[in-house]
Amino acid sequence: MDSKVKKFFKVILSASVVVLLLISSGCGGSRQTLNVFNWGDYIDPQVLKDFEEEFDIRVVYEEFDTNEDMYVKIANNSGKYDVAIPSDYMIKRMINEDMLIPIDLSMISNYGGIEERHKRLPFDEDNQYSVPYMWGTVGILYNTTMVDEEVDSWDILWDSKYEKQIFMINSMRDSIGITLKRLGYSLNTKNEREILAARDALLEQKPLVLSYVGDEMKDKMVAGEAALTVAWSGDAAVCISENEDLAYVIPEEGSNIWVDSMVIPKTAQNVEAAHQFINFLCRPEVGLMNAEYIEYASPIGAVREQLPEEVTGDIAFYPGVDDLQNSEVFEDLSDTLEIYDRVWTEVLAR
Amino acid sequence: MKRNWLLYPYVVWMILFTVVPILLVFYYSVTVQGGGFSLTMAHYARVFEPLYMSVIWRSIQLALVSTIACFILGYPVAMILANSPDKQQFSLIVLFVVPMWMNFLARTYAWLSIMENNGIINAFLGLIGVGPLSLLYNAGAVVLGMVYNYVPFMVFPIYTVLRKLDPSLIEAAEDLGANPVRSFLKVTFPLSLPGVLSGVTMVFMPSVTTFAISQLLGGGQFTLIGNLIEQQYLRTYDWGFGSALSIILMIIILISMGLMSRSNVYEEGGLI
Repeated sequence: MDSKVKKFFKVILSASVVVLLLISSGCGGSRQTLNVFNWGDYIDPQVLKDFEEEFDIRVVYEEFDTNEDMYVKIANNSGKYDVAIPSDYMIKRMINEDMLIPIDLSMISNYGGIEERHKRLPFDEDNQYSVPYMWGTVGILYNTTMVDEEVDSWDILWDSKYEKQIFMINSMRDSIGITLKRLGYSLNTKNEREILAARDALLEQKPLVLSYVGDEMKDKMVAGEAALTVAWSGDAAVCISENEDLAYVIPEEGSNIWVDSMVIPKTAQNVEAAHQFINFLCRPEVGLMNAEYIEYASPIGAVREQLPEEVTGDIAFYPGVDDLQNSEVFEDLSDTLEIYDRVWTEVLAR
Repeated sequence: MKRNWLLYPYVVWMILFTVVPILLVFYYSVTVQGGGFSLTMAHYARVFEPLYMSVIWRSIQLALVSTIACFILGYPVAMILANSPDKQQFSLIVLFVVPMWMNFLARTYAWLSIMENNGIINAFLGLIGVGPLSLLYNAGAVVLGMVYNYVPFMVFPIYTVLRKLDPSLIEAAEDLGANPVRSFLKVTFPLSLPGVLSGVTMVFMPSVTTFAISQLLGGGQFTLIGNLIEQQYLRTYDWGFGSALSIILMIIILISMGLMSRSNVYEEGGLI
């Protein structure tokens, strides 16, 4: 090797050794760590810094894209997380498979601040394993400059007028769920005939769909790439604040109400810090920071009161109990899941 | 002796990160998930259902089209590179390599904003009164993504072979009265075949297994075998079926490589 190049590598090497030493001495000592596993872009980063400062605990923060993704990682033990924030049906599945530690509510002093309607939900009827973090709905986000009529039904996603102007989300439970709702079935159905009917409807819709999207949906809707999309309420709120032509609606047939809740997996290493973290996120001022940052609906009463009226007054984003009569929370499908998996694979593959 | 000793770390590496994972994948593909050691062929039977066969066929078709396109684009480029003066050659190669320093996902995302309905191409077309054309979310977009990402893998092996080609062979052909076209067809091209074949392999393999390009540029509508496998592992958690698909994919690749190596040109080198 050329001697100049050699020298260059030596310099780089020694520099990186020095940096490594600095880093390792920086995080040495007896400082505890807390491993948090959350959805992408789903917390105000300042909240994590505040927690680190106040409790002198280092937070190692990781993100996931889908509930299934998170489940696979925790089930395989490939990450030891102290706190995870999955959704309802996945929590039920994890409870059933004995993957969670019961939460000691006596250590969550702020638990009382959570509104009663978000407690004792079907996936955790005794409030043993989960503390709600954010909640919302699935609905239709549409561009009012491209859609003239009133949007109030899932049927519009099957209207050939909007051929190649429709986005669907690449998420099995949501896409099959809204199709079941459109057909008048429960989105937790275990009846194979109904699930196959949903499959046929999705296949019939496929030629109209521009793309089955993930997170990139937000940028594309703001840019006016499509007229209509299926969206989660908080994502919709973010898009609307960036493009006033967009509007969000929960169709009349009903939809899915989801709740993302904090849980402690069995593999947790630092259960005490996990409780402290959960309690911290339940503080009204912290909840407010998060609600303002990610724009999903907070289950904490005091947060709702402090948010501006134009946000909490909008039934699309803070719907009352009466507004959601047709809507359901996802339940774990246990063995039927296999049929859903197959149907979704088939819809995408055909 | 010394050489043998140097080999051990590599052998250990291969066993740990190549052999063991393949055995694991094979194990998953023949057992019932969560059912202990009960053997099953159900996963393989499912692979041969018409729906999934059509996905495999589509993957092979798109990969073949991309490989041919890479060849048609790549061969002349390799010739230009090999025939340009040394100093220029270096800067041209750097120009080719620099984009590869960027993450390929980032480059593929860039194509999204170039080709979308309100993207750069359509904005330009709008100025001259054409369009907007829907460029994204079709087979053409997927092929474009593959060709764009993999064309260097075609250019470099061919370039390496062409550069090593003895110029006196072409001079001899010309002395014997062959015109440039004839000397290319009779001398240059046959001698560059090893490079072409390794280029074809190196483009075909990533094309047939890709899932990111078809997801982003195909809008999830062009499910390829890679997407199917990704979905089984990460979303539906059916590792058995995913593994069976992976094994079948490996077999397809082995067969296609076997077919090519039978033509003997590998012996003349050219793999880089």
